[in-house]
Amino acid sequence: MESLLAAEASTSTSRTLTITLFLVFVAITLGITVWASRQTKTATDFYAGGRQFSGFQNGMAIGGDYMSAASFLGIAGLIALYGYDGFLYSIGFLVAWLIALLLVAELLRNSGRYTMADVLAFRMRQRPVRTAASVSTIVVSIFYLIAQMVGAGALVSLLLGIKPDTTFLGMDADTAKVATIILVGALMIIYVTVGGMKGTTYVQIVKAFMLMGGALIMVIMVLAHYKFNLSSLLGDAAARSGKGDAFLEPGLRYGIESDSASATFYSKMDLLSLGLALVLGTAGLPHILTRFYTVPTSRIARKSVLWAIGIIGTFYLFTLALGFGAAALVGGANITAQDKAGNTAAPQLAQALGIDYLGGETGGAIMLAVIAAVAFATILAVVAGLTLASSSSLAHDFYANVIKRGNASERDEVRVARFSALIIGAVAIALSIFAQSLNVAFLVALAFAVAASANLPAILYSLFWRRFNTSGALWSIYGGLGSAVLLVFFSPVVSGSATAMFPDSDWQWFPLSNPGIISIPLGFLFGWIGTIISKETDVEKYAELEVRSLTGHGAH
Amino acid sequence: MPAPAERYLEVQNSEEFAELRHKLRRFIFPTTIAFIVWYALYVLLSAYARDFMSIKLIGNINVALVFGVLQFVSTFAIAWVYSRYAAKELDPRADRVYDELENGSAAAGSAPAADGGAR
Repeated sequence: MESLLAAEASTSTSRTLTITLFLVFVAITLGITVWASRQTKTATDFYAGGRQFSGFQNGMAIGGDYMSAASFLGIAGLIALYGYDGFLYSIGFLVAWLIALLLVAELLRNSGRYTMADVLAFRMRQRPVRTAASVSTIVVSIFYLIAQMVGAGALVSLLLGIKPDTTFLGMDADTAKVATIILVGALMIIYVTVGGMKGTTYVQIVKAFMLMGGALIMVIMVLAHYKFNLSSLLGDAAARSGKGDAFLEPGLRYGIESDSASATFYSKMDLLSLGLALVLGTAGLPHILTRFYTVPTSRIARKSVLWAIGIIGTFYLFTLALGFGAAALVGGANITAQDKAGNTAAPQLAQALGIDYLGGETGGAIMLAVIAAVAFATILAVVAGLTLASSSSLAHDFYANVIKRGNASERDEVRVARFSALIIGAVAIALSIFAQSLNVAFLVALAFAVAASANLPAILYSLFWRRFNTSGALWSIYGGLGSAVLLVFFSPVVSGSATAMFPDSDWQWFPLSNPGIISIPLGFLFGWIGTIISKETDVEKYAELEVRSLTGHGAH
Repeated sequence: MPAPAERYLEVQNSEEFAELRHKLRRFIFPTTIAFIVWYALYVLLSAYARDFMSIKLIGNINVALVFGVLQFVSTFAIAWVYSRYAAKELDPRADRVYDELENGSAAAGSAPAADGGAR
């Protein structure tokens, strides 16, 4: 009874503190946004933050854009529940950055201006290619946006401790979810419409510092608890997981071995498919690609990717310690009691560490509040980046170049971009409210699969293949996009299984949850077929693209 | 300032630019294949060589964990090696082609040689 009362009191302390910290973050970032809006005069300011950011700043901002709630809460939770297999995600997410570094970042920075389509349409017929690029940008970003916003809604009741039978400010858990989605959506619309790329970039930087700081404190506490002996941390995690040594080995979550040979085969193919999409998706994510335009030169773009690799790599090593730490110090049973998917593992670990190191329940409440506020800040920063990328594409690619055929004034274009952010934000809010039951990890994996199947082939062909043409670009974008989305539609994620979106229907025939292993090669294949069936080829424009992309000549 | 189309074609066909492209591609293509194979090996071993991955090396630290951390190490290493390579082999060459585009319009045909002298 007494402990129940104490728990009740600490929930309320922690809740107040979480909200206070979150409001402080919102106040600071809104201040920055208003300041940034005064510096935002031209289209370059709005789309590319004036191209004035340093390599370190942009590296942090890339980290801020990339380290989503899915990676912070999701991966820590996966590791806490399934042990080693959660680590597979982190590795794919990190190795992916080498593609961005070696093949994409610098060349894109040199030859593009504001959006991914600037490079894709460089030597093609503008209107069809920009339309296609705009469609795939928006599809990828919307999937990703919904994932983040649904995640925010799911987290709020857990982080604020709203139980099914209790209320908070007169809201029950379901109302609080909807309210959170709307609040997150409204804030992201403000960041983007008011602050543009400059405001959004600073929001990312602040968030990256908060996230790295919060994670570092927890990692130090976890390691100190085990006297910096990694082996005993792992041993404890394995013991308390109830799965023994298997917890430290691959196979609990992905590539599960069962009695059915075909189930085992498909489960392993799914693992390979996921791995492929993670590695090839990053360099096709529009909100990541537009980050390379915020620095003055391609060499600074390179530097910013190097910083990003350092920061993101360090962060994923942190999540490894956090995940195993949560398994060891909180225990799998306590985590699943809060959230079946394990998303609350990191906040629960924070609470446990606070109780141990910062003097009992109050310390626990403080740590929980800090990490919960960090998680909200994380979500907010990522959704702002996504909204900006998709509204930029809608305004710059679709409005200015398709509708106005390149004759829109800069002021009109920026006005349309701001308005697009409002529309995309509103659509994302509405879809997220309807999509609340969808699995967040699945939505993120889908966004990566589409980015890898539709965008990456077109980008690589554009930059490196002389023969590539309009038809090839359209085939690869629509072909990759279509095959990824269709395969998912006919996969067990959508129908024909107990955990599907429509568990009572069955039109499933594709056996894998992740389409990448089929749809990514298809994207490349379609691009190749589309190219060779068309005679079009612009030798002069390719010369211009190649020379400019390698030397930075005529770069914006 | 965008040069006229013929200039880009001319530069694209110049020896200097061919060397820049060669140096770039000679690094990025093999490296990309190498790290994708290395990553694929890791994923394949995770899927199909569970016994190997579960061998314990020191205390509770097994092959799988070391292999995973090695992916981090290789990523950091490749990034570092590339930044060194780019600064040494690519940036100076790109600068020369860039200068040629900016200044060498009159002596377009013999630009590589003229610039070569100024090196």
